[in-house]
Amino acid sequence: MRIYVCVKQVPDTSGKVAVNEDGTLNRASMMTIINPDDFNAMEAALALKDETGCRVTAVTMGPLSAEGMLRELIAMGADEGLLISGREFGGSDTYATSQIIAGAITHLGLQEEDVILCGRQAIDGDTAQVGPQIAEKLDIPQVTYAAGIEKQDNVLKVKRLMEDGYMTVEVQPPCLITCVKEMNSPRYLTVKGILECFHKPIMVLDYEALKDEPLIDSGTIGLKGSPTNIFRSFTPPQKGSGVMLTGSAQEAADALVSQLLKKHAI
Amino acid sequence: MILSEKYQLMRKNFRNFAETEFTTEIREQLDRGGGFNWEMHYKMAKYGFMGVKLPVEYGGQGGDTLAYVLMMEEFARVCPVLAIYANTPNSLGGGPLMACGTEEQKKKYLPVMATGKKKLCFALTEPGAGSDAGGTLTTAVANGDDYLLNGRKCFISGAPVADYAVVYARTNPTMKGNKGISMFIVDMTLPGVSVGNSEHKMGISGYPTSDIILENVRVHKRELLGPLDKGFSTALKTLDGGRLGVSAQALGIAQACLEESIKYARERKQFGKPIAKNQGISFMIAEMATEIEAARELIYNTAIAKDAGEKDSAMKCSMSKYFTTEMANRVAYKAVQIHGGYGYIKDYKVEQLYRDVRVTTLYEGTTQVQQMIIAANLLK
Amino acid sequence: MVFNSAAVGEFHDIWVFCEQREGKLLNTDFELISEGRKLADERGAKLMGVLLGSEVTGLAKELGGYGADKIIVCDAPELAVYTTDAYTKVLCDVVMEKQPEVLLIGASHIGRDLGPRCAARLHTGLTADCTHLDIDMDKYVDFLRESSTVDVDAVNFKMEDTNLKMTRPAFGGHLMATIICPRFRPCMSTVRPGVMKKGEFNQEYADNCEIELYPVSLTAEELKTKVLEVVKEAKQVVDLIGAEVIVSIGRGISKDVELGISLANELAEALGNGVVGGSRAAIDAGWLGSDCQIGQTGKTVHPKIYVTLGISGAIQHKAGMQDAELIIAVDKNDAAPIFEVADYGICGDLFQVVPAMIAAVRKGKE
Repeated sequence: MRIYVCVKQVPDTSGKVAVNEDGTLNRASMMTIINPDDFNAMEAALALKDETGCRVTAVTMGPLSAEGMLRELIAMGADEGLLISGREFGGSDTYATSQIIAGAITHLGLQEEDVILCGRQAIDGDTAQVGPQIAEKLDIPQVTYAAGIEKQDNVLKVKRLMEDGYMTVEVQPPCLITCVKEMNSPRYLTVKGILECFHKPIMVLDYEALKDEPLIDSGTIGLKGSPTNIFRSFTPPQKGSGVMLTGSAQEAADALVSQLLKKHAI
Repeated sequence: MILSEKYQLMRKNFRNFAETEFTTEIREQLDRGGGFNWEMHYKMAKYGFMGVKLPVEYGGQGGDTLAYVLMMEEFARVCPVLAIYANTPNSLGGGPLMACGTEEQKKKYLPVMATGKKKLCFALTEPGAGSDAGGTLTTAVANGDDYLLNGRKCFISGAPVADYAVVYARTNPTMKGNKGISMFIVDMTLPGVSVGNSEHKMGISGYPTSDIILENVRVHKRELLGPLDKGFSTALKTLDGGRLGVSAQALGIAQACLEESIKYARERKQFGKPIAKNQGISFMIAEMATEIEAARELIYNTAIAKDAGEKDSAMKCSMSKYFTTEMANRVAYKAVQIHGGYGYIKDYKVEQLYRDVRVTTLYEGTTQVQQMIIAANLLK
Repeated sequence: MVFNSAAVGEFHDIWVFCEQREGKLLNTDFELISEGRKLADERGAKLMGVLLGSEVTGLAKELGGYGADKIIVCDAPELAVYTTDAYTKVLCDVVMEKQPEVLLIGASHIGRDLGPRCAARLHTGLTADCTHLDIDMDKYVDFLRESSTVDVDAVNFKMEDTNLKMTRPAFGGHLMATIICPRFRPCMSTVRPGVMKKGEFNQEYADNCEIELYPVSLTAEELKTKVLEVVKEAKQVVDLIGAEVIVSIGRGISKDVELGISLANELAEALGNGVVGGSRAAIDAGWLGSDCQIGQTGKTVHPKIYVTLGISGAIQHKAGMQDAELIIAVDKNDAAPIFEVADYGICGDLFQVVPAMIAAVRKGKE
C-alpha cells in the first residue's frame, strides 16, 4: 500500500504581508511555510504507516526550492518525495494544477490499495478545490473534511465533518481524502529523522517528463491555459480611521454608548 | 555562523516544540512551585530529546554536540527549567557512561535514559566539596563483591525524581585531593539511599534539587564506572559537554531577555514616545544583542571543535560557559532595568528569567573554576 | 451531442445549485437566488435553480419566491443524503444537457465538495468564496470605484465584456482578486453563506415559478462511497452568520478566561441578544468551539455591531469581520492593528472596560 500526500508551500500570511505598488503580493518578502492542513494529512498518513508499514510519498508542485519542504516532511517520517516543477506549470489555477498532479501520480503509479491524502485547503488560495479535482481526474472516490480515518481490512471508514455534526462514510481505495485540522496533532520531528532525511530520495519531474501523460492537456496548464484567469487584483481601501475613546474605563464606555445611541445602533 | 540545512531544520523543530508545548501556563506553574512535570517529561522523551547526543545503537538519536546545543538554546529561550529536563542523559549522565562505561553498563543504562524511561542524576557535590572535589568525604569501601557507600551529597539536581545516581566516592583514602575518587552507578531504590527535602531555590523551580544520603549502601562492583581511583579525573574529561549545555541554556535565556526587552521598549510610551527612542535604552539593547551574538558564535564553534577532537576544545568549553553565563546575567539585569517597575512583577517574564539565569554561573563549575581551567591551559 | 465546455456561445442562463438537508432548504439558497436574479437581469437571461434530493419537489416554490424563473428538480431516493458521486453525476447530467452560462453554488461543506468535482468533470473553471459578482462592466467599474484604490477613470475597460467577474479575497484578505473564466462554460462560482443579501420573498413570484422534474439516472456502480450514519452533535450551534450583534474574544482574555467569556456573553446580551465568537487564538486555546471561529479560516460575518475584546486584529481575523457595520475594539495595546478597522476603539484593560460598557449600555437603553 502506498499513500501519496499532496502538500503545498505557501506564503506565511499570519504575519505582516507586504503588497507591491501595483497591488500584487510581494512574495519575495514573505516567509514560506508548509500549508497547515497538509501537516494533518501527513500525520494521518504516518499514523497509517505506523499501523500497516505502508510507503508514504510526499508530493508537491512548486519551484525547485520546494525541495526543502519535502525534506522536512521526510524528516517527519515520509519515505520519499516527489517534486513536480517546470516553467510550463507556473501560474496554474486549480483545474490545471490538479491535472498536473494527477498526471504525476499516474506516472509513478496508483495501485488499487493506494490512498491519496490532502489538506482540506491551502491558506493562500483558500479554495479547497485541488483535492477533489485530482480525485475526479483519477476517477477515484473522494471524501472531504475528514476528521478521522480508520482502516478496516480493505475499507476506510472516514469521519466526515458537517457544519452541525458529521457523517461516517465508508470508502474503498483507491481514493482521495482531504483532512481538516481537527483530525490529529501532527508529530514533531526527531533529530534522527532529520539526520536520515538527507539520505532518502526526492524525485523531480518536469514538463518534459510529464508532457506525454494522457491526463495532462498542454492547452489547459500554466498561466495561459488555466480556465480561470485573474482579471484584476487590487487592494481594498483602508477604512477611514476610527475614533479612539479616551479617559477612564467608565468615561470611555459612556462616550461609546452615547455614540451608539446617536447612531441608533442600540 | 551559517548553519547548514540540517541544523536549521533541527532548530526549527526545537523552536516549534518549545513554542507550542511550553505554554505560559506551564512555565508559570513550574515557577510557582508546581513540582516536576511528568507529562512534559514523557512528551519530550517521545521525540527523543533526552537522547539527542547518544548513539542510535544505545537508543539515542545519533546527533552531535551542535544538535544538543541548539536544543538547549531553543528550549531555554521559552522555558529555562524545561531545557534541563532534556539535559542529563545528553551531558553529565551520558558523558561518563559513554566515555568509560563497560558495554554491559552502556546497554543497561543508556537506552532507558535516552528514551526517558529512567532518570539519572549526577551526584558529585557535597557540603564540603563544591569547587574543591578534593573535599569529597563520601567513602566507598570494598566488601566482598560489593562496595559499601557512606556519605552525603547536596544540591543534586533531579535527585528526588531520579532512578539512578552517578555517585563520586573516595575509594582510596591514602591519595590526596581529587585522586582516589571513583564513580558508581547507584540505584536510588537500594536500601540505605534516601533523599532530603527539596531545596527552595531562587529559580529553576520545577526541577527538584536535594541531598542524597547514603548509609551503608551496598553497590555491586559491576556498578563501578570507569577505572578505580581515577573516577574524577576521568569524569573531568567528560564534563566539558555539560558546560556547553549550560552555555546554551544561558544563551537561550539571554535571547529571551533581549526579545522581551525589544518588545517592551517598543510598546512602552513615556514622554510621548516609545522608550526605545531613548539612546539610554536603545544602547542597552545594542549591547545585549552584541554580547549574545558573540556568545552564540563561541558556543557553536566550540561544539564543532569538540566533535572534531580539536585539542583546545575543552578549554573553549570552559570559555563558553564562563563568557555566556556571565553575559546572560548582565543581559538579564539590563532586561529588568529596561522594564522598569514591571520587571520586578511576576506577570512579566523577565522577572523569572533574572532569577533563573543566576544559577548558571554557579552550577556545573562556577565561573571561578572555569577561569582556573582556562588559565591552567594557557599557563601550564 | 458531445458536451463541449469550450463552445462558449452555446451556454445560456444563470443557475443556482440549491442545497437541501433533510428536506430543509438552506439560507444560502435564498441569498444566491436573490443575487442570481440581479445577474440574470443584467444579462437579460433566465434564472434557474437546481434542486437535488428525495421527496423535495415541494420545496421548489419557495425558491421561486426569491426570484427564480424555474426550478429544475432531481428527485430520487439515492439523493436523500449527499454523496459526492450521486450529486456530481446528476448535477453534471443536467448541466451538460441544458448548458447554463453561470452556475453558483453555496460554499457549505457540501458545496465545497461538489463544486470542484463538477468543475473538473465539466472541464471548466471554478472560483471559490466569491464576495462580489458582476456581469455588466459598468456595474463592475462602479464597484471598483467604491471598493478599491484603483483610478478607474484612467483604465480602459472593455464595456461590452459580459464575462462574469468574480471578486474574492486572496492571501488571507490582503488582496482582492477579480477572476474571469473566458474560455469555458459554465462559469462556476462558490459563495460563502451570509455574504450575499437575501432579497424579499414575493408570493406572486413563487406562484409563477415553473418547476421541471428532471429524470435521475444512477446505477449502483456509480456510487463508490457509502454513508453509514449521519450524526448531529448535541452541542449548541452558534449561529454567527445571521447574528446582528457579535462580541469576539481573543488572546487578551487569557489572564482570566472564564471571566472573559462571561463578560463577553453579558455584553453581547446587553447590546441586543448577541452571540459570542472568537479569533483563531481563542479557538486554538480551546476556549471556544471551532464553530465560533471568525476569520479567514473561520466564519465571515456581517453583523450590525462587532465588538472585539483582546483581539490584536491580525489580517486573518480582519478578513472575517471587516465588513461589519460598526466595529468596536477593546485592547490594551494602542498599536494593535484592530484599531485601524475599528470605528470606535478603547485602549485599556478589558476586564475594567467591559463591565463599564455593560453598565453604560444597560443605562442607555432605559
